Amino acid sequence: MRAFANLLDRLAFTPQRNGKLTLLRDFMRDTSDPERGWALAALTGELVFDAAKPAFIRKAVEARMDAELFALSYDYVGDLAETVALVWPAKPGANREPDLSEVVEALRSASRAQVQKLLEGWLDALDADGRWALLKLLTGGLRVGVSARLAKQALAAMGGVAIEEIEEVWHGQHPPYEDLFAWLEKRSDKPSADTPGRFRPVMLAQAIEAADFARLDAADFAAEWKWDGIRVQAVNERGHRRLFSRTGDDIGTSFPDVLDFLSFEGVIDGELLVLDAGRLRSFGDLQQRLNRKTADAKLLAKYPAGIRAYDLLLDGEEDLRGFTFRERRARLEAFIGRANSPRIDLSPLQPFSSWEELGELRAHPPDGDALLAEGLMLKRWDSVYEAGRPKGPWFKWKRDPHLIDAVLMYAQRGHGKRSGFYSDYTFGVWREDANGERQLTPVGKAYFGFTDEELKQIDKFVRDNTIERYGPVRVVKATRDFGLVFEVAFEGLQRSTRHKSGVAMRFPRISRLRWDKPARDADELATLERMLD
Amino acid sequence: MPKPESVLCPSPAGLYCPPGDFHIDPTRPVARAVVTHGHADHARAGHGTVVATPETLAIMAARYGEDFAGSTEALRYGETLTRDGVEVSFAPAGHILGSAQAVVRAKGLTVVVSGDYKRRRDPTCAPFEPVACDVFVTEATFGIPVFNFPHDEDEIARLLKSVAQFDERTHLVGAYSLGKAQRVIALLRKAGYGETIYIHGAIESLNALYERFGIALGPTAPATAEKTKKSDFAGRIVVAPPASADDRWSRRFADPLSCFASGWMRVRARARQRQVELPLVISDHADWNELTSTLEEIRPGEVWITHGNEDALLRWCALKGQPARALSLVGYDQDEGES
Repeated sequence: MRAFANLLDRLAFTPQRNGKLTLLRDFMRDTSDPERGWALAALTGELVFDAAKPAFIRKAVEARMDAELFALSYDYVGDLAETVALVWPAKPGANREPDLSEVVEALRSASRAQVQKLLEGWLDALDADGRWALLKLLTGGLRVGVSARLAKQALAAMGGVAIEEIEEVWHGQHPPYEDLFAWLEKRSDKPSADTPGRFRPVMLAQAIEAADFARLDAADFAAEWKWDGIRVQAVNERGHRRLFSRTGDDIGTSFPDVLDFLSFEGVIDGELLVLDAGRLRSFGDLQQRLNRKTADAKLLAKYPAGIRAYDLLLDGEEDLRGFTFRERRARLEAFIGRANSPRIDLSPLQPFSSWEELGELRAHPPDGDALLAEGLMLKRWDSVYEAGRPKGPWFKWKRDPHLIDAVLMYAQRGHGKRSGFYSDYTFGVWREDANGERQLTPVGKAYFGFTDEELKQIDKFVRDNTIERYGPVRVVKATRDFGLVFEVAFEGLQRSTRHKSGVAMRFPRISRLRWDKPARDADELATLERMLD
Repeated sequence: MPKPESVLCPSPAGLYCPPGDFHIDPTRPVARAVVTHGHADHARAGHGTVVATPETLAIMAARYGEDFAGSTEALRYGETLTRDGVEVSFAPAGHILGSAQAVVRAKGLTVVVSGDYKRRRDPTCAPFEPVACDVFVTEATFGIPVFNFPHDEDEIARLLKSVAQFDERTHLVGAYSLGKAQRVIALLRKAGYGETIYIHGAIESLNALYERFGIALGPTAPATAEKTKKSDFAGRIVVAPPASADDRWSRRFADPLSCFASGWMRVRARARQRQVELPLVISDHADWNELTSTLEEIRPGEVWITHGNEDALLRWCALKGQPARALSLVGYDQDEGES
């Protein structure tokens, strides 16, 4: 438990992905089975307990200490699990610290009443960090920013293998993953990937650069719209129906309606979208369905999800990944026709004869679904389906981003290489308040898109023009007559009830510093509102 | 029996002893001051006469210049100064080098002003000695049950593990320049770390002072020397005052990993607020257990709480039947000061 608790503690305070990766890799390397496997499962959300309710934990601690002292402590800390971890008055003579595996085993077999008894013994034996980890685990609240993808990447680093190899075998593996670790430590062969309903690592595209067109022949490529949903792999293999994200996370429980429509034998690669009688709805609508553990009937009816298919990996039992795109495409069209499902349709190809013609299409998409596309996808007719992001066969050609001019309002210090710099910026646009005065309202936050040299300049501006501070955040002077204007690029805009301005940007970044532009000439909120779909 | 307030009472400049006509740790210039230790909120310049331990006097001279007071009188631990029927002596407080509890005896009463103190072993100063008394004046910086500090060795082990794990980054340890910085360095040495430790300029002269008093700190070098490259500090430990560690000063290092050695780091929100990546729970103050066990050990007639989080400690005293009152003295750092 100690190693796991230390890991959780470090992860919680380490903002950078690379740092987290190092911590996870070293933990997997230095911790033995089955402890590390259970830890992995707990971190990636494979292992969820709700063995102890907050009310019970509170009762247990108040039985041991004065209620007023506890209340003062809770007031000060603000988080129940953390408060209890810190104040727990341990009875002396406790047992040795439990391992994470012991805790997991016990939780799987014990009744609720037994768990509560065990919990007190464990809390007595652990130190404050261990108690915190235990309580977070038991109340289902381990929030340390580790995605399944990150965990797999750490495993790949630990074993010196490509992440696609991990993804390929992942779905045949179960906690505590002893076979997986045995393979990564070269003590045994690679576990079998031949599990029906498993995930197959996906093929990704590179962004195309203007210079690429000169050396590429338009005749070698097929083009289709780049749909603005989430990439999925829909599987029905020997009765196993699954819906995977592009990183291999099983998202089927959020989309029971889509699973119902997978009445075929094979594996489709496509885009998950909200499809209303064949008409595409916005990404904002899809977001209503994402990251939900379950979906109720009302939600399913309001935001019906479906798949727009663009590739076929498995047709019946036949693996098509070694075939060319041209061959797979023909098989896909026949496959979708046979499936004849109201929620699975085909991403149509866009015929073209020159890059100029295609560029024209990209700049002026026709009415209908294409207006919601993010741009175009280009795929070589002769490309086989290759996991990862190979250079050359597939390209994405995104639409130009939206641009607005916004005024810097708040700045926050960065981490690591940027820890001495104010590098995270909140920016706003003008809006008329109740008194008819123009006020800035924050519309987004960005922390990249500028050069190191520009970062130094902005940092100096922030320091020279700070009017208030809250912890690591500085409020920067911004009035009609004074302020730093950023040209901000972003991919799309949605309504948002969480933001005061009522809009939320997708993928915002600083595209230019407009030292020359007076703050009063920055954009109005109304300009953004007109962009809403 | 006379009232304790006739021996020592709160006044606008701090605790005042009427029969002896002196203040203890006065927050503004007074004629006669008894100073418990060298931290800026307790030891200020500009008094007429200062009575303190030789170490504290040396610290004050190093920080404020030799003429920081009209005159000084060095009083070692255990020695007694008698004037106007008032005896003053010092007992070690275990807070930083030279830190002392002021023991005041008059009219048959003993009042101990503990200043800031802690109970765990610290290689850079003499350990706290309990003194039987009628009134024990205590701080309560960490006077809430949530503040129970781990072993220093475990915290230093976490730092050293991180240095090994992230050897391409610079571990930048924020530590107050007087006391904490030297203690962190001494603890690193105790853990077997023999590499050069790089230090901020503000720590240099205090390190030299500690070494003069026989506290060995091993090889150190200025972090700001000419002709250093960022990469020179990769895999190294740099110790700097927290404000510098947070700011522009830190840009000279390779991808700094910010560490902060403070008791406040016990609470996660505090560490997050400061954007600390490796919080090190190392404090020069007594934690909750130390505060309460000290009161149980001394069992004074009365407890007076000078500053800090006194509500929980008052509650604890009430539960134990220990008479106590809060003085709520102002002028002592409770938050981002030298804690």
